[in-house]
Amino acid sequence: MVKAGQTFITGLTALALSLVFCFTSYAMPDVITMDQLADLYDGVVFDHETHTMMTEGCAVCHHHTLGGPVFNDYCAKCHDGSEEVATVACSDCHSKERITAGSMRLAELESPFHDDLPDLKGAYHLSCLGCHQEMGAPVGCTDCHSKTEAGNKYYNSGQFAPTGSQH
Amino acid sequence: MSKITRRRFLAGGVAGGAAIAMAPGKKVFAANLDGFPNGMGVLVDMTRCVGCRTCEAACNKEQNLPEPEKPFDDASVFDEGYHGHEQRRTTEGAYTVVNRYDVPGSEPVYRKIQCNHCNEPACLTSCFVNAYKKTPEGAVIYDDKVCVGCRNCMIACPFNIPAYSYSSAFNPIIKKCIFCYDTRLKQGHIPACVESCPQQVMVFGKRKDLLKIAHDRIRKHPGKYVDHVYGEHEVGGTSWLYLSSVPFEQAGFNVTLQKEPIINNVKDFLAIVPMVLAIWPALFTGFHLLATKGKKHGDDHSHDQQEGHES
Ligand code: HEC
Ligand code: HEC
Ligand code: HEC
Ligand code: HEC
Ligand code: HEC
Repeated sequence: MVKAGQTFITGLTALALSLVFCFTSYAMPDVITMDQLADLYDGVVFDHETHTMMTEGCAVCHHHTLGGPVFNDYCAKCHDGSEEVATVACSDCHSKERITAGSMRLAELESPFHDDLPDLKGAYHLSCLGCHQEMGAPVGCTDCHSKTEAGNKYYNSGQFAPTGSQH
Repeated sequence: MSKITRRRFLAGGVAGGAAIAMAPGKKVFAANLDGFPNGMGVLVDMTRCVGCRTCEAACNKEQNLPEPEKPFDDASVFDEGYHGHEQRRTTEGAYTVVNRYDVPGSEPVYRKIQCNHCNEPACLTSCFVNAYKKTPEGAVIYDDKVCVGCRNCMIACPFNIPAYSYSSAFNPIIKKCIFCYDTRLKQGHIPACVESCPQQVMVFGKRKDLLKIAHDRIRKHPGKYVDHVYGEHEVGGTSWLYLSSVPFEQAGFNVTLQKEPIINNVKDFLAIVPMVLAIWPALFTGFHLLATKGKKHGDDHSHDQQEGHES
């Protein structure tokens, strides 16, 4: 028991260390499973490497957080040439809770130039789906993630599709 | 049972009529243009909507509405419009619907419709049994126990929102979006449709904050939006506000609406209302006829339906 606990802690330390290392060196993940929100849909298997290769730069998705040129005209006004920052994961800045005008105002108090911060669900779709629309990549709701059973129930689709018996 | 209903109808009609006649300054003119400064609203940014209909599904579940005819992920509903112009509208079974508008020379736009929760609701003014109420939170709600199904509000609504519930034969009433008042708004929670949207088309919050966000978006992204927030001034202002990249009329909005609340038109008319007292007996008979007629219709309908089910 004690031993298992120790191993676990050592494991954790190792993991933490490797994370820190990975972080500072910006070891870029090849494939990322994005499943923090999964409920109506399964998580998304995101091919980070392929996407990186076809974009002009990391900032297309990561803002200026990784350094390098900024492509969003509005952000570029102030952030062209901004230093890279320690936080890279979208969920570190974009909340899992749905934002409201009220929470946006609170955020604005902390960071006066940013009064329109989308939440995580919004940030993902605005970024991913937005580019897919522009580039003619898949935009169907089940192209990036498949529907769960809960999802089918919610949308009255799949095995829960209307039978028409009511009419 | 039917007798009691009819009685209540008459009682409501008379009481409502009398209230208007005797104290016009009280209910009808209680303008809340600035009355509820902390009223909530929703900003709808149509430039973000991709027409996935998740909000329709969310509304259906939240309000326990009947099973839809087609799955909520079925995009064929966008082609259902008749004569090219008419689009789907809200019904007793769907308090919100998304429609597609094909815009010449650009991508189609999608527009979500639901009750806009006017600051000065014409439905409320038109309702002679006082079924409607504008709450301090901003919602326009109605009491279905008071509603007699006269459909005045359907005619009065500048946005064609209230729908008539034909299926409830015993108590045909009006049905519409109530801003999730009972289940969410009252407790300060986000409406179901707003919460569900993957593209974050909607932001919920104080109306005055939303106006700021809306104008900021227009200012920050030159060329992206038309310089207008629909609902800021239309018919005296609505709790739900819209941003668009195309002129609003191209997305099916009525852009001919006056800036003043609709009630201002009827003020003159209401001044004559005390005369109602003079023509009281005639009015009474009228109500009675109306009530009886409505009742018959309802009964017939229920009959039809039952037969349909049995066969
Ligand atoms: C370009 C890829 C992409 C497309 C296209 C896409 N999504 Fe997503 N979606 C994501 C990502 C990434 C997540 C986050 C997954 C996670 O963290 O679990 C997500 C999460 C969600 C979630 C929240 C999680 C859940 O399961 O409830 C919903 C709802 C959702 N998407 C709905 C939609 C709808 C509706 C459409 C069609 C308009 C759509 N998505 C199209 C990438 C996409
Ligand atoms: C197409 C969009 C996109 C592009 C382009 C892109 N990334 Fe990412 N990257 C993501 C997403 C999405 C994640 C997952 C973030 C999360 O889990 O919240 C991610 C995660 C990462 C992470 C891990 C962050 C963490 O703490 O989990 C690193 C490091 C990273 N990216 C570096 C890069 C670098 C360097 C580039 C440019 C060479 C780049 N990315 C280009 C979308 C992109
Ligand atoms: C009007 C100038 C201005 C604009 C426009 C602007 N920012 Fe910023 N941003 C700042 C300033 C100043 C800071 C540092 C102080 C702070 O946090 O407010 C900052 C900080 C940040 C940070 C925190 C990390 C860091 O570098 O300190 C992020 C992330 C960020 N901005 C993203 C954005 C994005 C994304 C946009 C475009 C949608 C944007 N900003 C637009 C001025 C701006
Ligand atoms: C260090 C904090 C931070 C990280 C990490 C971050 N964001 Fe942001 N994001 C911001 C800020 C700040 C804004 C600007 C909000 C504003 O303009 O008011 C923003 C704005 C956005 C916007 C709206 C403006 C635009 O650029 O279209 C999107 C979409 C977005 N982020 C997506 C993402 C995605 C996807 C990721 C992960 C790959 C991510 N963000 C990572 C802080 C961050
Ligand atoms: C720079 C634009 C761009 C961004 C941003 C982007 N994608 Fe993509 N994505 C593409 C393109 C282009 C393709 C098509 C690649 C191909 O056909 O080989 C694609 C393909 C995909 C596929 C494979 C779809 C299929 O059916 O083959 C998935 C899944 C995907 N993207 C998810 C995402 C997610 C999740 C995000 C956000 C974190 C994202 N993408 C952001 C451009 C983008």
